[in-house]
Amino acid sequence: MTAAAPTLRRRTASRRVVLDRVLLYTVAVVLALWTLIPIYLVALAAFSERSAIYEFPKPLLPTRFSTDTMSFFVNSTGVLPSVRNSIIVAISTIVLGLVIGAPAGYALARFRFPGRDGFQVGVLVSKMFPIAILSIPLAVTFIDLGLYDNLIAVILVHTAMVLPFIVIVTSGVFLAVSRELEEAAQTLGTSRFGAFTRIALPLALPGLAAAAIFSFVTSWNEVFAATILTVRNTTLPAQVLASLNISPLYFRFAGGFFMIIPSLFFIFFMRKYLFNLWGPGR
Amino acid sequence: MAVGARRAASFPAAIFRSEAALPLGLLAPTVIFLSLLILVPIAQAVLLSFQAADGSFGLDAYKKMFGDTAFADSFRNTILLLVAIVPIQMVLALAMALLIHSRFPGHGVFLYVYAIPLAISDLAAGIVWLSIFTDQGYLNTILTGLGLIKEPLAFLSYENLQWVFTAVVVAESWRATALVLVILLAGLQLIPREYFEAAELFGANRVKRTLLVVLPMLKPSLQSALIIRTIFAFNAFAVVLALAGRQLPVLGYEAYDWYYNNRNNNVAAAFATLILVLTIAATVTYLRLFRVREGELGK
Repeated sequence: MTAAAPTLRRRTASRRVVLDRVLLYTVAVVLALWTLIPIYLVALAAFSERSAIYEFPKPLLPTRFSTDTMSFFVNSTGVLPSVRNSIIVAISTIVLGLVIGAPAGYALARFRFPGRDGFQVGVLVSKMFPIAILSIPLAVTFIDLGLYDNLIAVILVHTAMVLPFIVIVTSGVFLAVSRELEEAAQTLGTSRFGAFTRIALPLALPGLAAAAIFSFVTSWNEVFAATILTVRNTTLPAQVLASLNISPLYFRFAGGFFMIIPSLFFIFFMRKYLFNLWGPGR
Repeated sequence: MAVGARRAASFPAAIFRSEAALPLGLLAPTVIFLSLLILVPIAQAVLLSFQAADGSFGLDAYKKMFGDTAFADSFRNTILLLVAIVPIQMVLALAMALLIHSRFPGHGVFLYVYAIPLAISDLAAGIVWLSIFTDQGYLNTILTGLGLIKEPLAFLSYENLQWVFTAVVVAESWRATALVLVILLAGLQLIPREYFEAAELFGANRVKRTLLVVLPMLKPSLQSALIIRTIFAFNAFAVVLALAGRQLPVLGYEAYDWYYNNRNNNVAAAFATLILVLTIAATVTYLRLFRVREGELGK
């Protein structure tokens, strides 16, 4: 009896561990299903025949896969030009954001200077700022400047939205690139600029790529500013939003799924930098 | 502070030395750009909101805004959505964050899945849930399939506004929980592992550990998550439009409507200014409520 007691206790303990594990995985899987099932369902709707949208009850399995709805969406008037515009705006946002923001990130990583703390607070505040709402006064300015219904206006607002994030990510990236390496290159006779382009920049490339991907997705998703600042010459989300009331359901489902596609890849590339982007600022 | 003061004292001299001029030069484009696209438009929005269409100053735009038949509803709906969505997101995201943080085998895959909505727009999220809540949608398919209802329910009809509201709450909670998760997880990673181990050693169970050890240390992250989520909730727009159309007016939609459909910049600017004021008020309130003391984690 006395010998059996500890094993019994150990057995109940290990049973508790197993039970713990089962509970943990159950919760984890339920939360994963909560995230994934809606995406699966809209994909199911987007990849069925157009007529199937009005069927009831709906099949819950992809038994009648069809590209009918998606190809109808892509070939609808205005969709392809708006996709092209979205890509132009997103890529321009990346370039402009990096050209303006990366030097600031580099300065934060490498120098102590007067006004540094104030600048960092400013970046944090603008990170949280609802910039899209400023499109209304900006639209008035852009009309005066002749930039209304012009993609440049959208690019500028999107750049303002991503700039704080680019500064934060790039400063983190350059902090991780050893300063000594750059200094060593300088002592070997390279200029400061040469040390930057030949040492720091190549090492920082993966981080800069992450900042670029973040910018792309932010711009690709943004709808308020794009809607306010453009009429005909618009981006994909603004195009879908403008036709919400007049378009058939299958058009909307296809559009919804189409807009989601980049997000499925986003996290894959961003994993390492997620916490840098949204964590407490340094 | 003393160091800062000393540094500030040498400021005029330092700026002419190349070592200080270089960083300031590198920062200048960002400062100028953000000033032109944030500070100037804020001033402009306020200015526009106090002007009439002919440019004369007055409270005309605000009278129109408060007189808008949808104003009271849009204000109420915006606040109600905020009150309903933010707690759900906090609880869901905290559960996800604590799960991932326990580093169980396979947690990386789950983090990937939970974070997918981070890159989904509010418009797309609205459409995703439209496919579920619409009359011949998947929710009705499942409910009739299970025999819970005989006829499909009109979840998104104006006759069932409480359902329309619920649909928006579900869609927004689904989409934006990922953002809160990332913020909280970033905060959790800053808490030294020893704290968890010590708590475990003293026999605190999981619930106690969470309430007494984790939550207090997570205060700075909870605070910034609350601020960000509240600000975005004041700007809720596309998700509501995709699911509810005009049936559920919100402030963001009214700003868009006055600008886009009524072509009145001034009233639209008044709505924008109202949203900005609410944003600032909420931020200040949160900062006061959860004062993060110097030396607490995350500083």
